[in-house]
This record gives sequence, structure tokens and C-alpha cells, in this order.
Amino acid sequence: MIPELGNFALILAFCLSVLLGFIPMIGAARNNVLWMSLARPLTVGVFVFLSISLFVLGYSFVADDFSVQFVASHSNTMLPIYYKITAVWGGHEGSFLFWTWMLGGWMLAVCIFSKAMPDEFVARVLAIMGLICVGYTLFMLATSNPFDRVLPFPPADGADLNAALQDFAFIIHPPSLYMGYVGFSVVFAFAIAALISGRLDAAWARWCRPWANAAWAILTLGLSLGSWWAYYELGWGGWWAWDPVENPPLITWLLGAAMIHSLAATEKRGVFKSWTVLLAIMAFASSLLGTFITRSGLLTSVHAFATDPTRGVYILGFLALIIGGSLILYAVRAPQLKSEFGFGSFSREVFLLANNLILVVASAAILLGTLYPMVYQAMSGGDLISVGPPFFNTIFVPLMGILVVLMAIGPISRWKRTSFAHLRAQLGKVAIAAVSLGVVIPVLLTMDVPFGTIGTAVLALWVIFSMASDIKTKIANKSSVVSGLRSLPVSYWGMTLAHFGFVMTMAGACLTSIYSIERSVLLQAGQSAELGRYTFRFEGTRYVEGPNFIADEATIVVSRGGEFYKNLYPQKRLYVASGTPTSQMGIDGRFLRDLFTTLGDQRENGAWSMTVYVKPFVRWIWIGTIFIAFGGILAVTDKRYRQFKVKQSEKVARDNPGTTLAGEIV
Amino acid sequence: MIRRPQTLLLSLLLMTGLLFLVSPVQAQVDVYEFETTAQEQRFRQLSNEFRCPMCQNANLTSSPGGVAADLRREIYRMILEGQTDAEIEQFMLSRYGDFVLYRPRLTLQTVLLWFGPLLFLLLGAWVAWNIIRRSAENPASASGISASDTEDENNSGKDHAPAVVISSEERERLNRLLSDMPSAPTSDNTGR
Repeated sequence: MIPELGNFALILAFCLSVLLGFIPMIGAARNNVLWMSLARPLTVGVFVFLSISLFVLGYSFVADDFSVQFVASHSNTMLPIYYKITAVWGGHEGSFLFWTWMLGGWMLAVCIFSKAMPDEFVARVLAIMGLICVGYTLFMLATSNPFDRVLPFPPADGADLNAALQDFAFIIHPPSLYMGYVGFSVVFAFAIAALISGRLDAAWARWCRPWANAAWAILTLGLSLGSWWAYYELGWGGWWAWDPVENPPLITWLLGAAMIHSLAATEKRGVFKSWTVLLAIMAFASSLLGTFITRSGLLTSVHAFATDPTRGVYILGFLALIIGGSLILYAVRAPQLKSEFGFGSFSREVFLLANNLILVVASAAILLGTLYPMVYQAMSGGDLISVGPPFFNTIFVPLMGILVVLMAIGPISRWKRTSFAHLRAQLGKVAIAAVSLGVVIPVLLTMDVPFGTIGTAVLALWVIFSMASDIKTKIANKSSVVSGLRSLPVSYWGMTLAHFGFVMTMAGACLTSIYSIERSVLLQAGQSAELGRYTFRFEGTRYVEGPNFIADEATIVVSRGGEFYKNLYPQKRLYVASGTPTSQMGIDGRFLRDLFTTLGDQRENGAWSMTVYVKPFVRWIWIGTIFIAFGGILAVTDKRYRQFKVKQSEKVARDNPGTTLAGEIV
Repeated sequence: MIRRPQTLLLSLLLMTGLLFLVSPVQAQVDVYEFETTAQEQRFRQLSNEFRCPMCQNANLTSSPGGVAADLRREIYRMILEGQTDAEIEQFMLSRYGDFVLYRPRLTLQTVLLWFGPLLFLLLGAWVAWNIIRRSAENPASASGISASDTEDENNSGKDHAPAVVISSEERERLNRLLSDMPSAPTSDNTGR
């Protein structure tokens, strides 16, 4: 009975989103205030019923209702309660409901934080999001309903949640990834609403920027958590595999980054308007494409991976409708979006354009590599190729190198026109310092000429010194350093932190790729293996029992220079219900390096195989992304987004003929 | 050779979520003794660049399948026998075809793949160049003040060209702003 309530709530959410998709939109077109005013209540209704639906699914998990197909295949009576709840997003149907609920959450957020915007605009934005919601809810009801039942003979126990997902990161990674992903639909809705109304000015960009920043910052965290999870869960120390499942979020992230920069130019200078709108459409389309790729089973069809083809067809149709519709609208409207101002051939606008060029080319290249095997198969009549990390690294790394070079120049250059002398004055010393220190330090530390490290160090110092130089110039005429630092706008700090984080992530990725070492050994209890400055002594294994798994746990004593350092306890687990073996790493994470141990299996003579790794700087990758995300969020809190409300109310007062303005004229 | 059923199920489940994990999570540990560290590095490099022919999408290093283990052993043997990377790649290619190479060979059919990104870059640069040139030729670029250029107090104001041309919309706004100020001598501007 209860699952039917969830299903019913989902149907109601569908019906309300249909109403939301049409009534306020028509109201805005006909200037019907009543119809427009329905946007907010309808949005609240959609969110409430989606919440009920999600809650009911969660309840079905907690209550072990295995008559629900989705629960039966993703849970088990032995599963700890927190994994039962999070198992809601542990499979296709449930994660789609969760995804749609996130969309509802963003819609509600737009409802709440849109007081400063004209009602007509809010009505259009919410209606567009309502239409997207129609697509999602219909998809669930038609092809993947999480409330489908196995009646009349429900299984006695469930098949268990995938063992790989029974981990803390699973509790937080999908929510943040989805939330960021779905957040791009807000910006998309803003862009489409602007195209429909023809209103695309600095005010529009100013409304849009906090949403774009927030969605992008959260997506950054989601991606980073996924990478961290893969690192410590997969067991071979990899943190990015260029897998077709990983690539679409990265494409969205890159396009989102491009959009944030383009939006800045649109707000400040009224340029790149149509380009910003196109980026918003492309970022959203890439998020849909990601959904399509991962859920249709298209890219893995080479292995006859039979996911339901109707789902793929549905999403493809939805994708075609959305992209086709918005591109047609764009083609009709974009020519009217003229830049308000021009800019010189050497200006901040040009550097932002270069930034966008690199980011968009990088995302196009990743898309090309991801889809190429499919195209190749079709072209060659069934031959298969693989496009993997060697290809992506070859393309991506140089592009990011160029981006980092520009990253130092862009923030220092001026809007409209920058003189070469200005840049030389600001960056001349920075360049000399970055190159000399970037070469000398690695050479002295390694007593070698490590080209990769030198390149990384020069680029990282180049950006960091330029930021320091910029801040120094900006606060030069303030009375004290503290008051100077305080006087800088919050959004400036957001940008600086995000850029710093990007450099840190880049440096971590490069350095860990260069300096990671590993060794696979077969050890009997009491034997030890040397790696780098560390000695790993295997003390033997013991049997441990978890809530729903059994495991062999090894004790590995790590010492450095003959002195005891730390114990590590890697495990080899067997999840009882599904019979899945997994590895649990023993990791010692420090700012400058990780020690990483993996337990293999027991061989002849009772010896165990295991791999030990030393991974310098690997943590920088994720710490850097925290800076990026924090910078993005910080920029959202800039007071000029709130100031606008005041301006808006002043404007209302001014436009109203009965009040101040008229009085002054008289 | 045969996929274990739970592996298949696991992969299926993983595919259905928008999640990162694509291969089962049991770590693979081979214990091979090498004569030199260079050999060991080559072994790791090669195992990373070949795709497991029987798995969904995993290289030989991370793949749990029996085939991958056999192939790792084969690569190990060939390295010890002194075969070059090219010979080992040729062996893999002749046995399993292009599918196992994560670094696609440059052929007529992959030209677009390898040079596509460069093409994108050139095309994008050309478009960007045109935008910049058009904007630089645009008379508005010699002047114009940004209505909301508040962030860069240090920057703005230094580079402005002497002649300031403003649009009618801006003129209207300027007049409005001036008329908001009670003490400003607005009468001249409003033409009264």
C-alpha cells in the first residue's frame, strides 16, 4: 500500500509539473498576472510531491519491503540502516527519482531566492524547469518506475547493495554530483527565459551568476569525491581513468567553467551575450548527454550489455527535443543579442575569450574521444577500437598547460584595453621569479633535470606569484595590509581561491603521476618489503566480521629509517549476501604523500600477495578541488548580488510617477 | 575466461547509476620478480595501456578477470625474454585487434580522432580572432564606459580614451541619475 502512495505522489508531481510547464509560460506571454503568479505555488507542489515520493522509497528500504522490485535488488536485511537509506540512489530507478527530487529542490531554491527578479521572468524560468521536470517524471513513470512491484511472490530477502557502494563516500558523492549536475538546469532555464523574453542585459547576468557559480562549485565537489572514492576503493591507486562514465561530468564541468568566465564578461562589459547563452545550453545538454551515455548502455553495447533500450531511446528523444528546441530558439533570437561595448584586441575580454576557447576545445576533444569508438564501429562495419587514458592525457595536459599560462595574465589585464607595458610591469618579475625558482628548486631537490617537475613548478609558481603581485598592487595605496586585504571584493577572493585550487590540483596530478612508486610482493608473516624510504613488515592476518561481510585483515607495520612509523590494516572482504569480494585499502594520508597498501590473496605456504605504494602529493588533487569549490561558493556571497535588491526597489520607487522622482522634477 | 555471474551483475548495477566505479573492486596483486626496475616500469606501463579484452572498460592492471591475469603473465614473460614494447604491442594486436589498445593507432580512420582536437583549436582560434578583429574595428571600442565596472577600481579610469561617447539609453540614465541628486545643476542637462 505504502509504495503505491509513493507512485501516486510521483504521478501528482508529474501532473503539477505539466501545469507548471504551461500555465505560467502562457501567462508570461499574455501578460496575465494571475497565471504567472501560479508559478511559485505549483513549484512548491511539485517539490512536496517529489519529496513524498522519495520519502516513501526511503521508507520501503528501511522497512525491508522486498515486494518493491528496486528495494529487492538493492538492499538486504543485513545492510546497515545508513546504507539502506542511501541505497535509494544505489541504482538506476532510485537515483533517477533522487535526481528529479534534486531538480525540484533547485526549483524551490529559485522560488525562494528570486524576489528581486521580475515576476514575468521568474514565471518563465520556473516553467522551463517544470518542463524539464515533466521529461524526468514521465521517463520514470514510463520506463523506470522505482515503485514497480514483484507480486504476488516477493523474495524473502534482497540481493544486497553493490558492495563497492557500501562506503562513506557513497553517502555523499552521488548527492553532490547530482546536485551540481542538476544545478545547470537552472542556468539553462535562465538562458532560455532570456531568449524568449529578449531580455539579456547586465541585470540578467547578475541574476544568473550566483546560480552558475553554485552549481559549478557543487559539481566540482561531486567530481572530486568521485575521484577520491575511486582512489581508495578501487585498489590500484588510480584517481581518474577517463572512463566514458567519468567523462561527461568533466565535460559539463569544463563548459560550466567556461560559462562562469563568459558570464563575468557579460555582466561587467555586456559582451559575449549570445556566447554565454550558447554555453548555458551546451552545459545543460552535456549533462543530459552524460545521462544518456551512462543509462542507455550505448557505449558498452560492444559487450552486449543489455540495459533496457527503450530508456536510451526515450532519453535520446528528450535530448533531441531539448537541444533542438533550444538551438532553434537560439538561432532565431541570438542575432538580436548585440554586444553593448567593443573591446580592444589586447584586453581582459580577449583573455577570457582565450580561456573559453581552451575550455571548450578541451570538452569537445573529450567528447570526441568518448564517442569515437561508437562512430568508428559504425564507420568500419563493426570493428572495435578503444580510446583510453593515453589519448586523453596527450590532448588534455597541453591544453591545461596553456590555460594555466593564461590564468596568470587574465586577472591582471584590464577590461576594454590593456597596454603591453602594464602587463610587463606586472608580470615581468613574476615570470623571471617563476622560471628561475621553478627550475632551481626541482634541480636542487632531485639532483637531476626532471622536465615534468620543472614544467609543473614553473607553471604553478607563475600563477601563484602573479596572484600575489596582483593583490600587492591592489592594496598598495591602502593604509595597512589588513585594511587593504579587507577592501578587496569577496568575489575577487573567490576567484583567487578557485585559481589557486586549480593550480594545486594540477600540481598534485602532475607530481603524483611522476613520483608515485609501487611494489607487489609475496610475503609470509614476519617478512618485509622496502619501498622508497619506508619498510613495510607484514605481521600476518586475522579474521574480522562486519555487519554484512567477513574479512581477512592484515597488519602491516611501517617503519622509516629503522624507526616505527605506523600500522596499516588493509582488508580483503567478502560480502555475504552477494558473495562479492572486495579490497579495503590501508592508507596513511599526509599532506605531502600517501602510503597505500592493498591486500591480494593467500598463496602457497600461507604467504600473502600485496602491493604497497608511496604516492607523493596525491592529496593535493582533492585539497585543490576544495579550494575551487570554496572559491565558487564564496563568489556567490558577494554583496553586489544582494545589493541589487536594494537597487531594484529604488528603481520601482523611481518608476512610480507618484513618488520621489516626480517630486524632484517639479 | 568466463565472467563470473556476480561480476556481470555488479557491472550491470554500476552501469545503471551515474557512478564512477566501473569495475569490481577487488584489487589485483601479481607478484613478479624483475631483473631491473626499468623492466618493472615497462610492465606497469604496458599493463596500463592495454585494455582487458573481456571486461567492460578496464586496463590489464585493474581488471579482475582471468584473461587479464593471463595477459599480464604473458607480458611479463615477453619482457623477460627481451622483447621490445613494439613487439609486445604487435602481439596483443594480432591476438585481439585494435580493441585492446587504449592508445589507438594512427590510421586513416583515426586521423579525425588524433587531429580533431587540433582542428577544433584552430577553428576556435579563427572564430575568436574574427570576433576580436570585428570588435577592435567597432567604433564603440574606442570609447564606452561600463555601467557596472565597480570591481576594478584600480584598473578603470586609466585606460579610458579621451572622447566619451554614450548611447542614448545611457544618456537617459545619466540624466536620471543627475536629476536624482538634489544639489546637482541638472537644469543644463535636461534642457530646461
